[in-house]
Amino acid sequence: MSNEAVLHANVEGATAHDAHHDHGEHHEHHHHETFISKYVFSMDHKMIAKQFLITGMVWAILGGLMSVLFRLELGYPDTKFMFLQDILGKWWVQDGRITAQAYYALVTTHGTVLVFFVLTAGLSGTFANFLIPLQVGARDMASPFLNMLSYWFFFMASVVMLSSIFVETGPFSGGWTAYPPLSALRDASPGSGRGMDLWVIAMALFVVSSLLGGLNYIVTILNMRTKGMSMTRLPLTIWALFFTAVLGVLSFPVLLSGFILLIFDRNFGTSFYLSDIFVNGVGALPNEGGNAILFQHLFWFLGHPEVYIILLPAMGMVSEILSVNSRKPIFGYMAMVGSLFAIAILAFLVWAHHMFVTGLNPLLGSIFVLLTLLIAVPSAIKVFNWLTTLWRGNIRFTPAMMFAIGFVSLFISGGLTGIWLGNSALDIHLHDTMFVVAHFHIVMGVASMFGMFAGIYHWYPKMYGRYLNNTLGYIHFWVTMAGAYLIFWPMHYEGLAGMPRRYYSYSAWESFKQFGGLNQFISTVALIVFAVQILFLFNFFYSIWKGRKLTTQNPYGSNTLEWTTPIRPGHGNWTGEIPEVYRWAYDYAKDGREFIPQTTPVDPNETNH
Amino acid sequence: MMSTAASPERKRLHPHKFAMWVAMGAIIMMFAGLTSAYIVRSNQENWLEFSLPPVFWYSTIIILLSSLTMYLAVKAFKAREMPRYKILVTLTAILGLLFGASQFFGFFYLNGHGVQLLGQGSNPAASFIAVIAGLHILHVLGGVIALIVVFIRAYSSKIKRYNVTGIEIVSTYWHFVDILWIYLFIFFKLA
Ligand code: HEM
Ligand SMILES: [Cu+2]
Repeated sequence: MSNEAVLHANVEGATAHDAHHDHGEHHEHHHHETFISKYVFSMDHKMIAKQFLITGMVWAILGGLMSVLFRLELGYPDTKFMFLQDILGKWWVQDGRITAQAYYALVTTHGTVLVFFVLTAGLSGTFANFLIPLQVGARDMASPFLNMLSYWFFFMASVVMLSSIFVETGPFSGGWTAYPPLSALRDASPGSGRGMDLWVIAMALFVVSSLLGGLNYIVTILNMRTKGMSMTRLPLTIWALFFTAVLGVLSFPVLLSGFILLIFDRNFGTSFYLSDIFVNGVGALPNEGGNAILFQHLFWFLGHPEVYIILLPAMGMVSEILSVNSRKPIFGYMAMVGSLFAIAILAFLVWAHHMFVTGLNPLLGSIFVLLTLLIAVPSAIKVFNWLTTLWRGNIRFTPAMMFAIGFVSLFISGGLTGIWLGNSALDIHLHDTMFVVAHFHIVMGVASMFGMFAGIYHWYPKMYGRYLNNTLGYIHFWVTMAGAYLIFWPMHYEGLAGMPRRYYSYSAWESFKQFGGLNQFISTVALIVFAVQILFLFNFFYSIWKGRKLTTQNPYGSNTLEWTTPIRPGHGNWTGEIPEVYRWAYDYAKDGREFIPQTTPVDPNETNH
Repeated sequence: MMSTAASPERKRLHPHKFAMWVAMGAIIMMFAGLTSAYIVRSNQENWLEFSLPPVFWYSTIIILLSSLTMYLAVKAFKAREMPRYKILVTLTAILGLLFGASQFFGFFYLNGHGVQLLGQGSNPAASFIAVIAGLHILHVLGGVIALIVVFIRAYSSKIKRYNVTGIEIVSTYWHFVDILWIYLFIFFKLA
């Protein structure tokens, strides 16, 4: 079935469905759209992308703010912030100091929100939606209706998660990994009751959202490519988003199964994860025969793929942006695809490296060490190819390019510490210390955030028909880049010295007193970096209405299909026929031509490469 | 090399059908997660041994029958024998509901024979059965709802639509939950 026919069938199917709901007022033509159908219940993948992006940005600000709050506590444990008490109230701040329960609530919610809502939904939700149809040459997703549902499930998850912050006993506070018994017993901590109810509901909704989205991304990529767009002609962004979706569709259901057992333990008196537990003030619990480690297996079977779900889209966009702005073909296209594939496979085989100190059989542990260290191979291939793409390139240092290069730097730094942690012998010392915090923030948190920024700066003109302000972009880049290293690099030393993560107060340890000044420094930098993100936010919203207008279809001289659409594409993306594709996406600097778009037929005199 | 390779347009699977296959992959992963949790846990201490309720055999027969009626329903639809189709789809949905009921009888049977499924004092061995089979029942119910939807759709629109895609997707799913139950049944018997 051709693309056109499929889209047509979809629109028909989706509107027939609409008709059951609202008696089909607006289902005749999607040409005249109402405010509701255009901006709220939109089925246009480009609008849904923007919805994901902006919801993700709201969460990034909230989540970032939370980290600023708990960094204040870590950096300035003796300072009284009375004004915070006035704003937040007694539960959160007492005597000018973040309370212990608030601290744990903040750390937990920060982690959950950043990992799932910002770097999963905000990142792949945005760019998979935006780029897949545009770059494979489709008018929309395979099922625009499911796509819309995917956003609204995410929205509901967001509402539920947000509401958990306002319940009397506070949000869940047992860490983003939600290990039982803290997550399974209502009486284990203040956040384990209502807060955890809401947390788990929000996460279940989130899983549904991810599954609906992932389903659509996979089908669209495999099934709806335009004529001539063979898999090996796809831009690397699409390959990366494809593997991301596959990882999500195969691993989120396992997390869901873990959550389902958790819900039964919480609400129906079962003992999947519980055994031999004594709660202060309650006494010994009747639960027998459960196993808390079981949850860790189920969690990390998703949890590790999840970190690559976060990273791969960034990798894909960085590959594309590096190539376009070096005016050179990406180095080793097939190796890039192959290493993405290898990473996706290995991602399912290494989860127990998060569990080296759970009493795991050492023999099993060493197998997981081997498999974990194997990931270094495809990772190194990717780094090598990015660097060789840059090598002798005709580099244009746009803000997007700066963030893309920054991504490569961060990925190298954070990947190297992964190799430390992947050795179980070292991990016995480093597990649950600030070293781990440093590792994953650099390699995943900041790096993927950089990938996201790169993507936003690069595709903003396609999204809004205007440019972001470059000067603000450079300030944003340099402060964030320097700040990221200044914040997270010192944490390695703290971790090596044995300083544990997730502690409210370190004052009981003589040995960590030496880090008092360092912690102050880290917190101060965190505050500055946060402030610069506000600058970016200003740039983003200001430029939607006031930015410099895009005047050409293809501002960067890119080869990919999204730049063949009108400056402000409508629903359906191309006004005429969907263009046909004749070549791969990376014919830059070929035969003396600066770039050759994918839609240009191959000249018989062209050289092969 | 890459740029010159010609790619002829292939006849592709309908995207919605394809989406169903991917979704089935996701469902398989969920049950794989649960059954491997079952294996991990069953290898540890304090694991209650008991035999499955005999009525599960009837469940198995019922769901197999429903697959047969589903298959015949699609055949009837393709042959445009709408009255026959109507009967067969209704029959399939009823068999689906019967399956769910028979499973519940099984649960009550276990509870009646001292194997507590949920609540205080329940052993994970029994709770696993309840959760896994329970989730499977939900999937069957989802199939029943889908059947009702395609059924209504085929009759509500003024122009009769003889588009088989919808019913084919539902039937694929129906056979899938059937096979899923067979897998779970064998798994519970052996593990
Ligand atoms: C060569 C590559 C890598 C290796 C060998 C590696 C290894 C490890 C190991 C062994 C841990 C567990 C540390 C512990 O808890 O004691 C860990 C934690 C973590 N890694 Fe990596 N890693 C690598 C790359 C990455 C990448 C690319 C990402 C994300 C994009 C990532 C994200 C994380 C996260 C989020 C955690 C911490 C989870 C938590 O406990 O909260 N890692 N890594
Ligand atoms: Cu991992």
